[in-house]
Amino acid sequence: MKLTRRNLLILSSAGAAATAMGSLPAFATLTDDEIGKLTGGADLGEGAITITAPEIAENGNTVPIEVDAPGAVAITLFADGNPVPNVATFNFGPLAASRSASTRIRLASTQNVVAIAKMEDGSFQKASANVKVTIGGCGG
Amino acid sequence: MTNTLWTTLALIGLGTAVGAQDSNSLSIEGESIVTEVAAPAHMENVDTIYSGWRFRSAETQALEMDDFDNPAFVFVEQGMDLWDKVDGAAGKACSSCHENIEDFAGLRTQLPRVDDGELVTMENLINECRTDRMEAEPWKWSKGKMTAMTGLIGVQSRGMPMNVAIDGDAAPFWEKGKELYYTRVGQLDMACSNCHEDNYGMMIRADHLSQGQINGFPTYRLKNAKLNSIHGRFKGCMKNIRATPFKEGGDEFKALELYLASRGQGLSVETPSVRN
Amino acid sequence: MASGVKPRVKVPKSAAAGEAITIKTLISHKMESGQRKDDDGNVIPRSIINRFTAEFNGENVIDVTLEPAISTNPYFQFEAIVPESGEFKFTWYDDDGSVYDTSKKIKVQ
Repeated sequence: MKLTRRNLLILSSAGAAATAMGSLPAFATLTDDEIGKLTGGADLGEGAITITAPEIAENGNTVPIEVDAPGAVAITLFADGNPVPNVATFNFGPLAASRSASTRIRLASTQNVVAIAKMEDGSFQKASANVKVTIGGCGG
Repeated sequence: MTNTLWTTLALIGLGTAVGAQDSNSLSIEGESIVTEVAAPAHMENVDTIYSGWRFRSAETQALEMDDFDNPAFVFVEQGMDLWDKVDGAAGKACSSCHENIEDFAGLRTQLPRVDDGELVTMENLINECRTDRMEAEPWKWSKGKMTAMTGLIGVQSRGMPMNVAIDGDAAPFWEKGKELYYTRVGQLDMACSNCHEDNYGMMIRADHLSQGQINGFPTYRLKNAKLNSIHGRFKGCMKNIRATPFKEGGDEFKALELYLASRGQGLSVETPSVRN
Repeated sequence: MASGVKPRVKVPKSAAAGEAITIKTLISHKMESGQRKDDDGNVIPRSIINRFTAEFNGENVIDVTLEPAISTNPYFQFEAIVPESGEFKFTWYDDDGSVYDTSKKIKVQ
């Protein structure tokens, strides 16, 4: 294949897609390391967390994300394609009416947003959502 | 052209994306905003004009529907602080002369306009106050203080239809603006019309091309997380087509601003809007 | 970084006892990530809000740890229970040691 700008773009986006699928685990490892630190390697259940995120983000600078995990004491968000995967941790206090929160985050490229919830019984839950980040047309 | 807009919307799924309301009708803080109206008679090639809001994703659209969610209001509030701040040798603030900011309702719809034979924009009027009455330094055209103030004054007209004068004294400026709109420039040899008239509704890479309406300026762009002036946006467009931009506040951009404002006659002022 | 930082919060003026109310908060802040470079190629040092807390009458509602991946002008929305009339206190902690806070009263009927 001739190395043109277009082919390079195709290659790099293929790379990003492969990363999302886990066959190129460079970023995923970083996120897994952080998750390991958080959970101490505990098993991760699924089904208790709902992530609301756009399927396609118009601009990676400001991506609205909502997490909801009934029964959680804390929820930590990771972005597995960012240079630093950690995004935020929400610790819920006694006056929190729900175990949910919304914020706006930065995503460097198309990737998975991963939420880890620490539940009241000390167990952990995991959920993830793929967000496609588009490159703008003008001044991109 | 209208068909193209909706086809593209359907193709990329924006029409079905999640949102608090139908993405075709905009209501801000309960006030209904006109985002689609018959094109003014002077537009020969377009039947219907659309606010840039219509071309954005559901998530970006939602940011403009609630003044708390709209990050532009951080800057509008900074504008309110500036409004009351004494500056300059005359020891005055804006509020020393202008009793109520609300009195500026309607101003945004009529600018730019001709005063004493000269075409003036809101930035000109603000700086005239600063230099002549406050004896203060003028603000830079697109910097934070100016856009905070144009945002604050502009939002007073929100919901009112754009209504600039293009006849009489304004006619020669308007003609000049129209000529600029259709003149190809830069290494890419493109005119405003090539994107915003011939191809609105189409995708330019991953971006949805709008009609280039200016009824929402200054606009908060997700791209740079601040308020952007009209002339600053023109400059950005010119750089994208590899042209040497005209000067912000210069005769060319002022004339272009008048012409573009006239292409949005009837659309509601959306200041401060949220765009990509 | 302490210049131009301004908190905004949206809290209902009144609520029923024990009712879940929605709170929105935003603070104007660049959230410089530490990943960007200036025109000369030097890394622009990280400067962010790293923690946000909301309390009601001294009791915690939410305590958030922020990383550089939080967008410019950090925004949060969450829900709180108000057992009695009182005051919310919101506090933002800056990397540079600055602390910004604002309060809102709410009446329980």
